Amino acid sequence: MLVKCPHCGTRPVEEFTFNGDASVQRPASNDPKSMDQWFDYVYLRDNPKGRFDEYAHHSSGCRAWLVVTRDTQSHEIFNVVTARDYAKKRVAP
Amino acid sequence: MTGFRLDRGGLIDRTAPLDFIFDGKAFTGFAGDTLASALIANDVHLMGRSFKYHRPRGVISAGSSEPNALVELREGARKEANTRATMIELYDGLVARSQNRWPSLGFDIGALNSLASAMFVAGFYYKTFMWPKSFWEKIYEPIIRKAAGLGTASKEADPDKYEKAYAHCDFLVVGSGPTGLMAALTAARSGARVILADESAALGGSLLNENEEIGGMSGYAWAMAGIAELSAMPNVIVMPRTTIFGWYDGNIFGAVERVNDHVLEPSPYEPRQRYWRIMAKRAVMATGAEERPIVFGGNDVPGVMTAGALRTYANRYAAAAGKSVVVFTNNNSGYHTARDMKTHGVHVEVIIDSRKESAADSSGIPVIRGGAIVNVRGGKRVSGVELADHRMVPCDAVAMSGGWSPIVNLMCHRGAKPKWDERIASFVPPDVGGGFVAAGSAAGRMLLSECLADGARAGTLKGKTPSIPKCRDEAFAVTPLWWVKESTGKAFVDYQNDSTAKDLPLAAQEGYRDIELAKRYTTAGMATDQGKLGNVNAIAILAEATGRSMDQVGTTTFRPYYTPVSFGALAGPFVGRHFQPVRKTPLHDWADELGAVFVETGLWMRSSWFPQEGEDWLSSASREVLATRQRVGLCDVSTLGKIDVQGKDAAEFLNRLYCNTFSTLDVGKARYGLMLREDGIVFDDGTTSRLAPDHFLMTTTTANAARVMSHMEFCHQAHWPELDVQYVSVTEQWAQMAIAGPKARATLQKIVDKVTLDDTGFPYLVAKEISILGGMTARLFRISFSGEHAYELAVPADYGNLVARAIMQAGEEFGIAPYGIEALSIMRIEKGHVAGGELNGTTTAADLGLGKMMSSKKDYIGRMMAAREGLTDKNRQCVVGIRPFDVADKIRSGSHILKKDDAPSMAADQGYVSSVAWSPMLNMWLGLALLSNGRERHGEVVKIFDGVRNIHMFGVICDPMHYDRENKKLHA
Ligand SMILES: [Zn+2]
Repeated sequence: MLVKCPHCGTRPVEEFTFNGDASVQRPASNDPKSMDQWFDYVYLRDNPKGRFDEYAHHSSGCRAWLVVTRDTQSHEIFNVVTARDYAKKRVAP
Repeated sequence: MTGFRLDRGGLIDRTAPLDFIFDGKAFTGFAGDTLASALIANDVHLMGRSFKYHRPRGVISAGSSEPNALVELREGARKEANTRATMIELYDGLVARSQNRWPSLGFDIGALNSLASAMFVAGFYYKTFMWPKSFWEKIYEPIIRKAAGLGTASKEADPDKYEKAYAHCDFLVVGSGPTGLMAALTAARSGARVILADESAALGGSLLNENEEIGGMSGYAWAMAGIAELSAMPNVIVMPRTTIFGWYDGNIFGAVERVNDHVLEPSPYEPRQRYWRIMAKRAVMATGAEERPIVFGGNDVPGVMTAGALRTYANRYAAAAGKSVVVFTNNNSGYHTARDMKTHGVHVEVIIDSRKESAADSSGIPVIRGGAIVNVRGGKRVSGVELADHRMVPCDAVAMSGGWSPIVNLMCHRGAKPKWDERIASFVPPDVGGGFVAAGSAAGRMLLSECLADGARAGTLKGKTPSIPKCRDEAFAVTPLWWVKESTGKAFVDYQNDSTAKDLPLAAQEGYRDIELAKRYTTAGMATDQGKLGNVNAIAILAEATGRSMDQVGTTTFRPYYTPVSFGALAGPFVGRHFQPVRKTPLHDWADELGAVFVETGLWMRSSWFPQEGEDWLSSASREVLATRQRVGLCDVSTLGKIDVQGKDAAEFLNRLYCNTFSTLDVGKARYGLMLREDGIVFDDGTTSRLAPDHFLMTTTTANAARVMSHMEFCHQAHWPELDVQYVSVTEQWAQMAIAGPKARATLQKIVDKVTLDDTGFPYLVAKEISILGGMTARLFRISFSGEHAYELAVPADYGNLVARAIMQAGEEFGIAPYGIEALSIMRIEKGHVAGGELNGTTTAADLGLGKMMSSKKDYIGRMMAAREGLTDKNRQCVVGIRPFDVADKIRSGSHILKKDDAPSMAADQGYVSSVAWSPMLNMWLGLALLSNGRERHGEVVKIFDGVRNIHMFGVICDPMHYDRENKKLHA
């Protein structure tokens, strides 16, 4: 499998460390009333068939955290962005 | 014909005779031979014994699908088991040995199994294991173990080298027969970067084996011209002896190139094999088709082989498998063999065609239509065949053809299943999209012209498909015949596993109707050949037995590797010292000079203790502790992770990473920090110093250094990209040493420039950049892990050894001693400092007695989850000190703690001992433990239970700080 890092170009998948679903977002609140959100964030993960955004660390490369959009069935990769851009975009709306 | 070598023809070099030894006997072959063809030319057909019944076996095929002729190739450290005689290129001095026979190939005790074959029916593993246990263990298993099994591995280290390599191309062509060559030529001529790989030593595929005509020349001449053209092109890599063994995500192919398997010994500068990963934009599977055996009685007697193999041995290797041949076929391919053999002057007795009608050209050879062989006569060599109509035909070789199966394996490696094609009575490859296409006979095209056209189409990456050269086609027609039910002898479906035709209906009858279950129950399709020859026959027989169609039964799962891959190729160069790197600290040489014993922790080599004459580790470590606590000691702590953090938001970043606060830390000061995971459990600890308002230096534990770095990168980039902060690991840039003990200050004072190390100029927890030894940059931290008045000094890594030696010199007058991580560990346990045994991924800050560090004024990783009920329960196990009640007793790490009067069992478990040490200061074994509600239990007498050694003793719970509880020495 090959992953196209926005910084380093197309690199073998062995250079990357994957870290699960990127669509979940760390809650902003420390209010005890937000505990349910925190439980969901820390423990609940979907296991979708098909398109999936997941964190990948270019740990043997530029060390950027990326979000790789992949088909979990065919392993086709549709898109790779930096986690930084992904996070900024997510905050916007 | 002299012997069994034909006088003319073949691609062997009769001017280059090669001597070789098989089973201790000397033979001669020619360059261009395989071991199998050379043996056949020497009239040796018995090449092995079968796995279960130990039946005599000869070659069935002329290629990589060979299930029978498995031999141990080479001797000593280079011995390789289960190599296929059909794929071994002959070289001068080759030594091979047949396998699976005892005591000799000709006389084999295990053949008695054949007489007891009732016990080896389908499911025999399952059934025999159900026998009375004593019966099995004492009688059957030892005998079967002795007699069964394939070849044996060499127990010596492999003396050869292996490599790994990567390749990228526009177009990968798998197979170099007519289809592959046409595809490669078409793509290469259009300028594409092409890789052409073939598992054989010589490129050309079937064109090497058959008498074809292409473009007005022989198929062989056409192939050679094409290969010459490709080899001369700069955009083409031609890879013979290279098996593409698997297809993976992203159109990546795995391959093994046998660089030096065909020579006596590899050159010292070349690998034996090279493991390739080929990234292909597009690829074509031009792997051809495999001829199927027919399942009939005695179809395994040496001398019975596929019709294609028989003519390949004659056409390509000029080796006649017999002097009188019988052909048994259900398709036109058998006729092809009969005609070729006749051309070579080999007598063909008769063609037995299972079909009632056929238009194939028999070239005047007698044909029995609608016939079948029910048994083959002969033990170690064919002597004749018995037909269904009770006729007996004498012969010494049988060519069989049950039809042709496209070699679909690669295309099915990612889960797609092949489809049944009634027209050619075979499974054909699935459509897996444009990146990887099948072409030629691998796609079920049975005519040469179709193969060439298919290859040209597949190789057209841009523009128009070129026209193909004219060629001669041979019509193909097949009427399935899977199993001659009238067979009187054993009819084998899977040769390597000795599965017979009767095993499959039996499996179905016993409920194993699913092909995957039937495979495991009968073992058909397992072992080194993975059923390349037998699987389709097995599926057909199972389909018939269960009244289903071929598609309904389907195939078993195709997985890499297509053929066996050696461990050497998989390991590549990463063996022995190259398996993983060794990390040496910047103080390694200094420690080595002083006789340090090093211990591996992760990749690091750490100085563990510094023994003097006659000391064991404990006496050495104890002496080092005493020297440090009474005078001064020097310890290498360079392995601690060091991360330089800078930027406007550096303090804010640390506030969010650690449970305690760093924004309030003064410049020039150090502070202990505790980092949690998001689930509230402690992750790591270490001291962080503020070197400037926007500049911090973090330290991490040795074990977590890399993990903490990744965690910081994640938190910053994924959670808080708005923070203006930069950080980089500087672990390798700095040598760091601890100088501890009452004379630490006096020792250091001698090497620092200008600074006065008193409590006003350099009090506890000060961290400053200074210079030492007349101008060398250094960082000095007054921090202590040992509990002594202590410092940590960091200097640029390259100066580490020099500075350590200078400190030793400076401390000589005070009696300085080097100490290792054993002494370090003893001192931290004496002081009750937590480390790996307590920071074990299950403990909270409160469990460690550090609950007060958790700030309530800010958000940080782990804050919310740490407040969960279960993590704040007062009965949680928390850190306590523990000592033996009788100071002569030894506590062991891992022992469990029970209430004093409880019986020694795990039923009433209260916690466990996490760290122990022999304390030279207190003269006893003592430790730290995790104990339920432990802080309330100081002073309690408990039972310490070591279930592993089954011993128990009494102990006393106490404060974790065993030594110098007032910290007088720290501030001295
Ligand atoms: Zn990168």
